[in-house]
Amino acid sequence: MKKMHIELTINGKQVETLAEPRELLIHVLRERLGLTGPHIGCETSHCGACTVDLNGKSVKSCTIFAAQANGATITTIEGIAGPDGMHVLQNSFREHHGLQCGFCTPGMITRAWRLLQENPTPTEEDVRFGMAGNLCRCTGYQNIVKAILAAASELNSAKEAAQ
Amino acid sequence: MNDQTPTHDERVAGLKGLGSSRKRVEDARFTQGKGNYVDDIKMAGMVYGDFVRSQYAHARIKSVDSTAAKAVPGVIAVLLAADLAPLGLHWMPTLAGDKQMVLADGKVLFQGQEIAFVVAEDKYALADALELVVVDYEELPVVVDPFKAMLPDAPVLREDLAGQTKGAHGERVHHNHIFRWELGDKPAVEAVVADADVVAEEMVYYHRTHPCPLETCGCVASMDKINGKLTLWGTFQAPHVVRTVASLLSGIPESNIRVVSPDIGGGFGNKVGVYPGYICSIVASIVTGRPVKWIEDRMDNLMATAFARDYWMDGKIAATKEGKITGLWCHVTADHGAFDACADPTKFPAGFFNICTGSYDIPVAWLGVDGVYTNKAPGGVAYRCSFRVTEAAYFIERMIEVLAIKLNMDAAELRRINFIRKDQFPYNSALGWEYDSGDYHTAWDKALKAVNYDALRAEQTQRVADFKAGKTRSLMGIGLSFFTEIVGAGPIKNCDILGMGMFDSCEIRIHPTGSALARLGTISQGQGHATTFAQILATEIGIPADQIVIEEGDTDTAPYGLGTYGSRSTPVAGAATALAGRKIRAKAQMIAAYLLEVHDNDLEWDVDRFVVKGVPERFKTMKEIAYASYHQAIPGLEPGLEAVSYYDPPNMTYPFGAYICVMDIDADTGVADIRSFYALDDCGTRINPMIIEGQVHGGATEAFAIAMGQEIAYDEMGNNKSATLMDFFIPTAWETPHYTTDHTVTPSPHHPIGAKGVGESPNVGGVPAFSNAVHDAFRPFGLTQSHMPHDHWRIWRIAEQLGLHG
Repeated sequence: MKKMHIELTINGKQVETLAEPRELLIHVLRERLGLTGPHIGCETSHCGACTVDLNGKSVKSCTIFAAQANGATITTIEGIAGPDGMHVLQNSFREHHGLQCGFCTPGMITRAWRLLQENPTPTEEDVRFGMAGNLCRCTGYQNIVKAILAAASELNSAKEAAQ
Repeated sequence: MNDQTPTHDERVAGLKGLGSSRKRVEDARFTQGKGNYVDDIKMAGMVYGDFVRSQYAHARIKSVDSTAAKAVPGVIAVLLAADLAPLGLHWMPTLAGDKQMVLADGKVLFQGQEIAFVVAEDKYALADALELVVVDYEELPVVVDPFKAMLPDAPVLREDLAGQTKGAHGERVHHNHIFRWELGDKPAVEAVVADADVVAEEMVYYHRTHPCPLETCGCVASMDKINGKLTLWGTFQAPHVVRTVASLLSGIPESNIRVVSPDIGGGFGNKVGVYPGYICSIVASIVTGRPVKWIEDRMDNLMATAFARDYWMDGKIAATKEGKITGLWCHVTADHGAFDACADPTKFPAGFFNICTGSYDIPVAWLGVDGVYTNKAPGGVAYRCSFRVTEAAYFIERMIEVLAIKLNMDAAELRRINFIRKDQFPYNSALGWEYDSGDYHTAWDKALKAVNYDALRAEQTQRVADFKAGKTRSLMGIGLSFFTEIVGAGPIKNCDILGMGMFDSCEIRIHPTGSALARLGTISQGQGHATTFAQILATEIGIPADQIVIEEGDTDTAPYGLGTYGSRSTPVAGAATALAGRKIRAKAQMIAAYLLEVHDNDLEWDVDRFVVKGVPERFKTMKEIAYASYHQAIPGLEPGLEAVSYYDPPNMTYPFGAYICVMDIDADTGVADIRSFYALDDCGTRINPMIIEGQVHGGATEAFAIAMGQEIAYDEMGNNKSATLMDFFIPTAWETPHYTTDHTVTPSPHHPIGAKGVGESPNVGGVPAFSNAVHDAFRPFGLTQSHMPHDHWRIWRIAEQLGLHG
């Protein structure tokens, strides 16, 4: 099948690749671009392990063609940490034991990163609802919710201190 | 010693040893997307393999035509059973003493069974080719019900076993029969049942489900034809066992096989067995000379690899009119699917189901289990439990509730008067186990008090009155569960898998500058071994956990071990770690004695150093001793500081716990709202409380899923109705309840550090707590038993059948 030329901005870098029109974004990220942080858990958009941030929205990259993402700005788990080290959310997941096997974690954190931009002061209910597209088989979510709420409050304190 | 010397307490805290909620060392890579799971492996020249699977549950294969598939650009090979037959690999032995088709040999026995293995340059060419393989089927009659499978005129499923009246576990009484396993004193139980004041009888069904880890199963096989070495990376909970099986099947010496478990994205029992995908990948790599990757998709995973449960448990429990249990009778019809591919210790065809007398002092018991073939997927694995222990706990905890109804007693009180008392340990159960330790009454009283049990019952009584008076449509259930697990398999004298004794191992190297490397025969799938095993060792040898690296999962470097499942890592490999640490310390003591010019016996251990008794200022730290062991000639001692321990446990360990779930149920919609869930666990000595709590949250959530909706369901044609995450219930953060955790500590008397294991307790104890809450809500209206999973529709139907919809 004839390949298409696809240009993306991923984690702040311009990249280009060739891919068949039918190739899923997750396959292009993992197989062609070497970004193995996002994972494949179901390929039916239920589990959220493949979650990436696409043009400011959380997207399950197993259910979108790479061709549809042409020209998009994408952030994956590899792009969440800053030059100064781990993002507050990444530290918070560690601090509150918000992960076990780690397989859902990249999608979880990428989704939580967007959630806290959509709603910087979420309640527990907001977090549970906002994270419901990402499945975890290990943690029972309790510590994930705790980690996200703690990260929200830390980010808000930092923001206040800066103002 | 001077003012700068850390105090005893500061030194203990600095170790981050036993009892510390040490943060996990694994998390830095996982939170940054730097884990290395099997699907992340990419090798030069690597190709992809996948299966053509059966559409039918039972059919003869008349022909397979792969001409069109082979013509797809990028397709390299198509393997059929006939291609594997000359190698003797078209069938493979199962861990349960049966055999299983690797690729369909003349017929298929379940939907999703592997028929052809296609190998291609990329995933998309592979998907195209799979569609083009033409299989000509002749449909055969399907049996999905194990009771119908045992009827005289039932279709013959396993034609390969025709005429075989002996199976791996004794006599086969029918062409679809696998084994009968009997334990206990049947005449004595029957006599007790016949004469008892009260007998409660019930059929308790624990439905078929699936471990469904978020990462599916997979592997990369690479045969290096130059040096003859086979390397197999994969999702293996028992990498050494996989190496041994691969060697036995292929004839390649074990020394030329390297099996590696990289990071594993959850296992829960799904990744213990050996699957056709592993065999076909190895063969394909040998044939093509290229590394071959096989990764299941979710549908493959739910249809073909390792289901769990599917036990029909028929019970009779006898008691005096005061509620003292006098005997237990249990017969299980065990649906094993098309092949007996359980992953139980060889001598236990129904695992440790004979823990079904639970936490109670039951004088006589009888257990019979009949394993049966049906046209369903093979498996029968321990989904987050020790072998068949969840089934046993669910059975006894339902029978107790049913007996309480019969006696018109409070179920909490009925448990209390039947618990094994603290002074009865070690306790020999009627079905053959020696419970090592326990204090059930203390745990139960603590739990009931914590949830304010009496007030809950009073509220429930009021709710029932309000419901009957038409003031509410909401019912309230209080789900009680008290469980005893049996984990840490196990003593070589009665526990083996394929002949390999179920010991485990640890090998330690202390480096000259005082840091350490320890390698174990187990493999973490999220339990945090790299964190907790370093803690065990830190306390044993006085080197901070942060300076101890734990390695697992590479058979070229790790000592032989039986792997991680059945909560065996802490009870077995954790013991090996402690004992290897003690060997290190014993040698360190001799080195310290030499350096301090005293007799060995003049020294005592103090956190991280040997101190001359009565002279606290004279000591040598472990760091100093490590350096000395490498740079100083010490008469009578070899240089270096290393140790290895292979630990054969003297007994299993018996963690226990008390779980209480409070639930509000809408009688009109069947929606159950979990109001609270309290979990008290006693796992003996606690290594890392943070990780224990995390394990409890996760296991209880899997229990919530199983009890309240998760099911592998088949229709009468043998179609799997639940092979995607649309149909197979995995709870999200939205519906998952909040958990309150608590504990008591009753150390195991035979384990070096007194630890018992905890990873699976919450699933074992959780399922009955959720299920009993549903039953309890309807008890005042006459419900005794209703099968799981308690999804909204089934709960609604209970209300309907009890006439609660008016």
